[in-house]
Amino acid sequence: MSVTKKFMYLNRRPPYGTIYAWESLEVVLIGAAFEQDVSLAFLDDGVYQIIKGQDTSGIDMKNFSPTYSALGDYEVTKLYVERESLEERGLTVDDLMPLTWEDEAEDWAEKDSIQLISRAELAKLMDEQDVLFSF
Amino acid sequence: MKFAIQINEGPYQHQAADSAYLFTKAALEKGHEIFRVFFYHDGVGNSTRLTTPPQDDRHIVNRWAALAEQYNLDLVVCVAAAQRRGMVDDGEAERNRKDATNIHPKFRISGLGQLIEAAVQSDRLMVFGD
Repeated sequence: MSVTKKFMYLNRRPPYGTIYAWESLEVVLIGAAFEQDVSLAFLDDGVYQIIKGQDTSGIDMKNFSPTYSALGDYEVTKLYVERESLEERGLTVDDLMPLTWEDEAEDWAEKDSIQLISRAELAKLMDEQDVLFSF
Repeated sequence: MKFAIQINEGPYQHQAADSAYLFTKAALEKGHEIFRVFFYHDGVGNSTRLTTPPQDDRHIVNRWAALAEQYNLDLVVCVAAAQRRGMVDDGEAERNRKDATNIHPKFRISGLGQLIEAAVQSDRLMVFGD
């Protein structure tokens, strides 16, 4: 399977309440083995998936937010966050987990995975994809 | 055109399960190819052979099975999603020591790699969900 396609995973829902976010992350982790050109987008309530300080101790559910920090090790390094979705919820990028990856080409320099982009820019990016997974 | 189909919602509860079937059937009748149908999230519920709807209602599971028979469709149920939701075939029943199975024989259980492969190999991935 030598074809390389542009894959974007759209994360539109909060991390808890439904299983979509967690099962979406499972697809991303498995999909990473297929060496496609992968990016994730967080929009609408999906921005809550990568918010800092998640605590699920009161709801008897696994806190899977540390898994997002491992994405860099899976060479998933492009995490787009829609600026308007943050603003509409009174959030800023400082409310998000610091997610990074290490660039082998630059002596393992640590780089931010999160890129803030506008709704219009995200629409343009979506238009450029070969495959959009919507969760 | 070659399509991959992903179904994210359960039968009867959500119209996505019907829309996916109707789309798949229409595409096949127009001469398009369906590379694979992948059942994920609660969509795995579309594969239980124990489904018993009222007689005057559509039988969603048998409908897929008949379409698969006619067109030799590859109906794949995600193993991780299925295990969480109590969907079991013979192999999984043996591996996990369960005393029953419920997956219709026209469906098969496999991993998420099958979804990724289908998206890579097809011209379009169609996601049916909420």
